[in-house]
Amino acid sequence: MARWGRVVAAHAALILLAGVFMLPIAWMVSTSLKPDDALFTERIVWIPPRIAWENYQTALTTFPFWLYLRNTLVIAILTMAGTVLSCLPPAYAFARMRWRGRRFWFWVMLSTLMLPPQVTILPVFLLFRWLGWVDTFLPLIVPAFLGNAFFIFMLRQFFITLPQEVVDAARIDGCSDWLILWRIVAPMSKPAIATVALFAFVWSWTDFMGPLIYLNDASKFTLAVGLQYFLGRHGEQWNLLMAAAVVVTAPLVGVFLLAQRAFVRGITLTGLKG
Amino acid sequence: MRLETRRTLYGYLFVLPWLTGFMLFTLYPILATLYFSFTDYRVLGAPRWVGLENYRALLADADYFWRSVGNTLFMLIEVPLSVVLGIGLALLLNQRLRGQALYRTLFYLPSVVPAVATAFLWLWVLNPQNGLAVPMNQALTQLGFSPILWFTDPATAKWGFVVMDLWAIGGVMVIYLAALQGVPSHLYEAALLDGARGWQLVRHITLPQIAPVIQYMVIIGVIGAFQYFTQTFIATQGGPENSTLFYALYLFQNAFQFFRFGHACAMAWLLFLITLVATYLIWKISLSRVFEEAVGD
Repeated sequence: MARWGRVVAAHAALILLAGVFMLPIAWMVSTSLKPDDALFTERIVWIPPRIAWENYQTALTTFPFWLYLRNTLVIAILTMAGTVLSCLPPAYAFARMRWRGRRFWFWVMLSTLMLPPQVTILPVFLLFRWLGWVDTFLPLIVPAFLGNAFFIFMLRQFFITLPQEVVDAARIDGCSDWLILWRIVAPMSKPAIATVALFAFVWSWTDFMGPLIYLNDASKFTLAVGLQYFLGRHGEQWNLLMAAAVVVTAPLVGVFLLAQRAFVRGITLTGLKG
Repeated sequence: MRLETRRTLYGYLFVLPWLTGFMLFTLYPILATLYFSFTDYRVLGAPRWVGLENYRALLADADYFWRSVGNTLFMLIEVPLSVVLGIGLALLLNQRLRGQALYRTLFYLPSVVPAVATAFLWLWVLNPQNGLAVPMNQALTQLGFSPILWFTDPATAKWGFVVMDLWAIGGVMVIYLAALQGVPSHLYEAALLDGARGWQLVRHITLPQIAPVIQYMVIIGVIGAFQYFTQTFIATQGGPENSTLFYALYLFQNAFQFFRFGHACAMAWLLFLITLVATYLIWKISLSRVFEEAVGD
């Protein structure tokens, strides 16, 4: 009896809280389907008198969604590829190779994890400006090819859990570390690599400050910055704004639902927020 | 070549991508920021050495600099709130219940929404004329309280961000959930045998066991408050009446809107020092508390 009471109480609490958490999302979807004249009402109206699907059509055309989607995808995919390629060798060196300076550099790398991005942002901007890369995608992509401390740490944590005998056996067979990494360790680490790729993709997709600083021309915007620009120009058309917000959010929710397990694993591996 | 030397050479070759990135995007910028913080540097013209002038000007600036520090310190209220709410939710979601996977997904979902969309969403939800805030304000008025105007009122604008951030607590909750699942079950079994029940189990087994995670999350929370940017940039731009002018936003404005690079770099270095001190203090306090508990019992 006591056990039953607890289960019911737990369900009740969870349903109530989940309802509260979902309320804003429901309001976003509901607003996005309201015709202009049903937008400002005295009472809360959840189901609009007429479902205005055309809001999505309008939002997708006034806001160059497909162009921004393409820009975002180009940046996110290249960032993802660069991150995976450039983080694997350092992670392997920190996990599986013996060399002088390893401990020192590993410590240096860990301490950069705490560094606020604002400390480095201005000189990096001046560097890219000097290179003539402002208003191109390069400042958003190239750094991904030069390693990322979070992801190197994450991969290293995974690599040290792999059985040492496999690596040793390959060494005895005369394999170089480079071959061991790409032929043996990388294939064994597919789940960890998938997690890193996923996080790199999602972070790039949602990054706001980077595109805000480096992209000036409206035709080069990503979805995140484009959405903000759209808000500035259609500040009162909340149905269109919410439709645009739904459209920008939906692909991420889809990715999350498909790759839920990889997300949770990544979070537990690193203690990072998503 | 000696084996030892060759190994070291290979080691460096493998970490070369990161090492290059570290030199270009971390080490050089930290030093450059330090140098610029002692100069008068605007878009046009070379940096001109002014010594501590930028720091002096900032520390004397009550209207903007200290205002941004005060606003940011207010946001630290989120740190204890997110510890309590995060652990509370994680405890609920860690029970063996049917449909638990669905509940976990629902609570995590808001943290998947991109910050730009989150900011939009809450501007609209908390809009005092047409949003979901209306029925709440009607209830408040009927009870004799004054309505809450959220982002349009300097007195409550910061609370709007607190609500917005707590809504996206899923990322924090999942970390606590993972920590809870790492607590060895034999500890609970032993405590149950000793007659411990309910809250006692949480107090004496769960919390001490996940203490290092709580400590880590507190550090991240404090540092995060000083880096709080995207939401304010989109939702309020620091308004109304500078009530949401947070540290990172004012730093950004100095760098990319007023083009006072020297000021921005001085703020960046102060932020760096604040981060170091906060990390050190939290580390020390929680270590000594853990130690006392171990000795005290």
